[in-house]
Amino acid sequence: MYIIIVGGGKVGYYLTRHLLASGHEVVVIEKNSKKVEMIINDLGGIAIQGDGSDAGPMLEAGMGRADIVVAATGDDEDNLIVCQMAKKKFGVKRTIARINNPKNEHIFAVLGIDTTVSYVDALVAQIEREIPAHSLIHLLTLRDVGATFIEKQVPPDSPIIGIPMNELHLPDQFLLALVIREGQALIPKGSTKLLAGDEIVAVTSVEQENVLDRLFRGELIRP
Amino acid sequence: MKIIILGCGRVGIYLAQALDQAGHQVTVIDRNRESFARLGADYGGQMVLGTGIDEDVLKKAGIEKADAFIAVTNGDNTNAMAAQIAQHIFHVPRVIARLYDPVREEIYGLLGLDTVCSTVMGAEKIREMVNA
Repeated sequence: MYIIIVGGGKVGYYLTRHLLASGHEVVVIEKNSKKVEMIINDLGGIAIQGDGSDAGPMLEAGMGRADIVVAATGDDEDNLIVCQMAKKKFGVKRTIARINNPKNEHIFAVLGIDTTVSYVDALVAQIEREIPAHSLIHLLTLRDVGATFIEKQVPPDSPIIGIPMNELHLPDQFLLALVIREGQALIPKGSTKLLAGDEIVAVTSVEQENVLDRLFRGELIRP
Repeated sequence: MKIIILGCGRVGIYLAQALDQAGHQVTVIDRNRESFARLGADYGGQMVLGTGIDEDVLKKAGIEKADAFIAVTNGDNTNAMAAQIAQHIFHVPRVIARLYDPVREEIYGLLGLDTVCSTVMGAEKIREMVNA
């Protein structure tokens, strides 16, 4: 695939190296000429010096034939405009934006940039997993297909403790994918019974992420 | 009218002073505290320190009750993003973004933003004067 990466800092650099090693065709657009030089020295003549939200460097990089554009700079405003320009001016179908301020995720979604990656959110999710009795954790959200991977711990007083899975009435578009018990992952079967303190990983539609709460309150036990 | 101006540079200051003089309720947002000093002693409006693409900063500036939002920082991308937040998240009735880059101006115009491209306006004016 032909992938254009805007932003040749640490994220852009390692992403480029990884994608090249996977056999993709990659071009990086980076403002800072020292970083451009470093990329060219290390990875070959695949970097263009310029503002990646400017039509000139975008044209030079062949934006019109890019399969994917990744906006990986440290500035959210630049990443937003790169993705919007790629989509609106050059007709690029798939754009991915790095988000630095997690609050910007829903702004990007409202403005039509569906695929975003937030390191702060990922770090927060990891830290929350370490906290006992944490709230719902969003492990991964695939906004363009409306699916989310969520994790939550079974509360000690939940009525579903000890009830086998096949006695639960789980809605459509909801999969109880994984049970993490005492540090071990197990794939639940019909006979699996949940225990207090189990971590549940579920795959569900974005609208239904409250299903885990309903499950834990005992609302989804078959009569 | 309650008007928010993002960017306390030459254009922002000119607009803030003029709109304040005309009796509007003006709030200026800028990332640098020092730039507010250039608004002068006669300026009677508000000042909010912070970046204009942060929802919390915009709320602090009163965007939820604003009648107009004007983005005139020296960064096109900041202006385009802030103006879109004002328009699509806070539904400010009148939103205007100044963009230097004519290409970005054209694209954001197509996306339904009211934009002013000072580069093209300046160049056209000079061309008229040369031809006259």
